[in-house]
Formats: sequence, C-alpha cells, structure tokens
Amino acid sequence: MRLVLAEDHALLRDGLIRILEAHGHEILAAVEHADDLASAMADPSAEAAVLDVRLPPTHTDEGLKAAVAVRAERPGFPVMVLSQYVERIYARELLASGEGGIGYLLKDRVGDVGEFVDALSRIAAGGTVLDPQVVSAVMARQVPVERLTAREREVLALMAEGRSNAAIAGALFVTEKAVGKHTNSIFGKLDLPVAPDDNRRVLAVLAWLGV
Amino acid sequence: MTNAGRFRMTGYAALQLLLAVPALVLFVLDVVGGATAAFVVGLGILVVTLPATRWLANVHRRMAGEVLGAPVPASYRPTEGASTFGRLRVSAADPMTWRDVGWMLAALPLALATSLVVLILFVPIVTGIAWWFGVGPIMVARSRIDRWFLSYGTTEQLEQRVEALTETRNQTLDHASAELRRIERDLHDGAQARLAGLGMTLGMAAELLERDPEEAGRMLAEARQTSSAALGDLRDVVHGIHPPVLADRGLKAAIEALAIDLPVPVEVTGTAAVALSAPVESAAYFTVAECLANVAKHSGAGRAWVEIGGTPDLLSVVVGDDGHGGADPSSGTGMRGVARRLAAFDGTMRVSSPTGGPTLVTLEVPCDSSSPRTTPSSGTA
Repeated sequence: MRLVLAEDHALLRDGLIRILEAHGHEILAAVEHADDLASAMADPSAEAAVLDVRLPPTHTDEGLKAAVAVRAERPGFPVMVLSQYVERIYARELLASGEGGIGYLLKDRVGDVGEFVDALSRIAAGGTVLDPQVVSAVMARQVPVERLTAREREVLALMAEGRSNAAIAGALFVTEKAVGKHTNSIFGKLDLPVAPDDNRRVLAVLAWLGV
Repeated sequence: MTNAGRFRMTGYAALQLLLAVPALVLFVLDVVGGATAAFVVGLGILVVTLPATRWLANVHRRMAGEVLGAPVPASYRPTEGASTFGRLRVSAADPMTWRDVGWMLAALPLALATSLVVLILFVPIVTGIAWWFGVGPIMVARSRIDRWFLSYGTTEQLEQRVEALTETRNQTLDHASAELRRIERDLHDGAQARLAGLGMTLGMAAELLERDPEEAGRMLAEARQTSSAALGDLRDVVHGIHPPVLADRGLKAAIEALAIDLPVPVEVTGTAAVALSAPVESAAYFTVAECLANVAKHSGAGRAWVEIGGTPDLLSVVVGDDGHGGADPSSGTGMRGVARRLAAFDGTMRVSSPTGGPTLVTLEVPCDSSSPRTTPSSGTA
C-alpha cells in the first residue's frame, strides 16, 4: 500500500516508517508539520494515511481535522489516526466522517506490530478499528450491556474493534460457529438488526453504544 | 461633583427624613434582638430585622452614591447557600453589619440636622436663595458621612484585599505542593517502576538471546506489555495535570468529553463570552469535573446539565442536576480543593441544594484577575 504518514516526533516517525516498510508498504510522504500534510494528501496515488493527532503548528488536533478533511474530499479514504490518548468524543467525530475505512488507536498499539499492520489492512479494506480503550469505556458505562454474558461482552468488544467472526474465533480459541451463536445472541439482546456486512455490523454496534 | 440635581437632592432629603424613623425602630429591634440572641425570640427578631437593616442601608448607599457621583459599594460577606441560622451567624460576624447598626443610630440626628434644614430652606420662598446654594453642599456633607459609615474606606478595602490575597496565596501554595506530591507519587509508583522493570526484562532478554531464544522472545513480549502499561500510567498522570482535550479544544469540549463517560446524561450548553486564560480554564474544568463526579456518585439524578456563560469580565458556569438535593459543599475534600483552586483567581462557588433537589452549583471567575471581588453577583442560576 502507498501511504502518507504524519508524525512530528522523529523517533516515532522513523519507527513507523521502519515497521510499515518492513511489512511491504510504501511511504509516499512522511511529514512532521500539518502544513505539509495537505499537499501530501493531495497525491492521488496515496491509498491510505497514518496520522498523529497532535501536530505542529498548534499541537492540538491537527491530525484529526486533517483526517476529517481528507475524508470529506475523498469519501471513504482509509485513515488510521494514532494518539497518545484516546477520547470517545474524537472517536465519534471520526466515525461521523463517513462509513468505514477509519482507525483510531493508541500509539502503544503500534508496539504489537502484527496487530497494528493487520488493523491497517482492515481499514484499507473499508473496516473500522477502534482502540480497545474506547470500547471498554463504552462498555463500562452502558447499562444494557450488563444483560450480556461475560463471553458475549468479549465478543462484542472484539466486534467493535472491527474483527471478523473468524478473527474473533481465533482470539478467543473457540469455533467460528460458536462466535456466530454469540453474535446472534448479542444482536437479539441489544435489538440490533442482523446485517451481513462486517463493517455495517460494527457501526450498528457503535451507534447503539453511543460512541 | 454631584450627579443629582437640586430637586432630586431635596427629594432625597425628604426621603431620608422619613426613613430616619424606621431606622431608629430597626436600631432598637436589632439591639434587643442581639441582646436576646441566646433565646429563640431574639433570633426570630434578627431574622427579620437584619435583612431590613441591609435594605435600608442599601437605599441610603444608593442615594449617597447618586449625590457623590460615585457608587458607595456595600461589602457584605457572602451568605448565599447558607441556612437561615448560618446567614445570621455570618451577618453577626460581618463588620459591615455593625457599621450599619452604628449608622442607624447616627441617621436620626443626621436626618434631623441636614434633611430638615434642606426642607425648611426649600419650603419658604424667602430662603430660596439659601436653598439654591445650600442644598448641594449640605447633601454632599451628609452623603459623605453616610459613606463613611456604610462603606469601607480605601485603606480598609486594601487591608481586606491583602488579607484575602494572603489567604488564597497560602491555600494555592498548599494546593500546588500537595498536587506536586501526588504527581511525584503517581510517577514513582507507576511509570517509573514499570520502566525500571522494563529495563531489567530487556537486559535478561539480551542475555538469553543466544542461550534460549524462545525464552528471550517471551521476555520481549513481556517487555512490550510493560511499556504499554507505563504509557497507560503516564496518560493517567497527564490527564490529572491537564486533560488533553482541554488543551486541544477548550473548556466546553473538555466538559463534553468528560460528560460522555458519565453514567448520567449531561447536557452542555453555552460558551464563555471571552477567551479564557489557561489557568482559569483549568480551574473551571476541574471544578466542573468534581461537581459532575459528585452528581454521578451521590445525587441519584436522572439527568444533569452544565451551562457555560457570563460576561466579558466574568466566566460563569452552572452545574445542575435533578437529584435528591441536600448536598453539603463543606463536606468532601474534593469540593474544598476545587474551591481553593478557584479562590486563587478570586473565583467563587455557590451551592444551592434544597432537600428534594435540584442541586445547582454556580461558579464564577473574574476573567481579569486583578479586579477584586468580595461579593458574588446576583441573578444567575
């Protein structure tokens, strides 16, 4: 994949470049300033972007704004937003910027390289990946989630992170059929419509959870 | 020098003469009530007469202000939110109350001496000239005496200001050093310990790399988890110092982000009328955070709301909930902590929480921190 990367800390930028290139991605541009980001994103050959939330000049939420802006210009353009902290309010804005192709992860997650690269390819395929911390904050708050069993909650959390049934089955060491049973039970308990598409399924869950 | 015309001042003179009678009556009642304050009767009297005394004094303050062309401020100690008895206690300890009482004793002879002269000069046509020239100086003199009784002089105001600043400075220093200790402890027990452990794990992994690559791999995985946990600790510490959303987006968005994570639905409305300085914004944020935490923990509320507003000189934030009320602002170290933090900016916090609710917490922070504030403004909430 041809990627645009924005990260102002040289150490982290070099680390990200190294990881992404080692996994067969091509870095079209690696910028450290929000001003350079717009022109880098304008490159039509870019297939996805990995953006830090805080960038110069103001070091506030430039990356987030850039993500929303590029997705307004190019609907569904896959963007992975990385940050030192995750906030539900930002997750909501990213999800509202159009369906699918969006990721929002803590920078710590990059350390789990396989997981991170996998998440990137999932959003490139139109999936939604939210940091487990956002998901767990939602889970802690929503009363109706209490109706779910412990195992169903695990499945729901993985679903919200954008995993397919097969991936969930792998993570929980159960059969895919068992996961299917859990998801149906979750949909039933939460009155969610059953939808075939993985991504729509995640969005339905998140919308219902009020992220 | 005077703002009021001759006829207006003559009107004031007439009013002051009329009010001298209730002033004397109130004086007697205040004294009787104060002397018998140990009994219910005395307290009952004071509950009525002290507010009446203040009203009467305020009427004279306004007139004196008009005559002198400069406001005569009433600097009572704030009594909002206190119980009836609490208000009495604050009033009794307030030097301004004693000035009021002393002034009432003086008001009768003053009124007789000045107002009567003005009126007598005004009524007969013959003395019209004396009235024409005399009314101004006489009323100014009278107003000055009223002001001397009813308002603090510059020196007294400065003394009070110095006292307030000394107190809030000490509180701020205490608060700051307590915060630093907390941060030091959090870092020491959290991120620092984990980073030390991380170093050890990496060291062992390096040693094992050739002898037992499998074990080394496990250790590296463990090291990654430890680094993640250390970052988590640092995030928590940073959040306690200055929440990232507050830095990114300002007060309203930070409160919204806070509200999202609460079990009670919170509606956030309004904006500050002026760009807030970072310390004021931060103090307001942590106060609201404490209020909302209390709403979630104690109020039993079904919904809560935060209303941000104010004027260009004053930030005002109201935090309300529809819970069962009965909140006591003096209990709970959290509320005292944020109140101290606000006091450093001359900010005030008022709590209205009748049994049965609703609970309203109003915080006000002047945005120009050089301006003194002794009494909160009224009419909000």
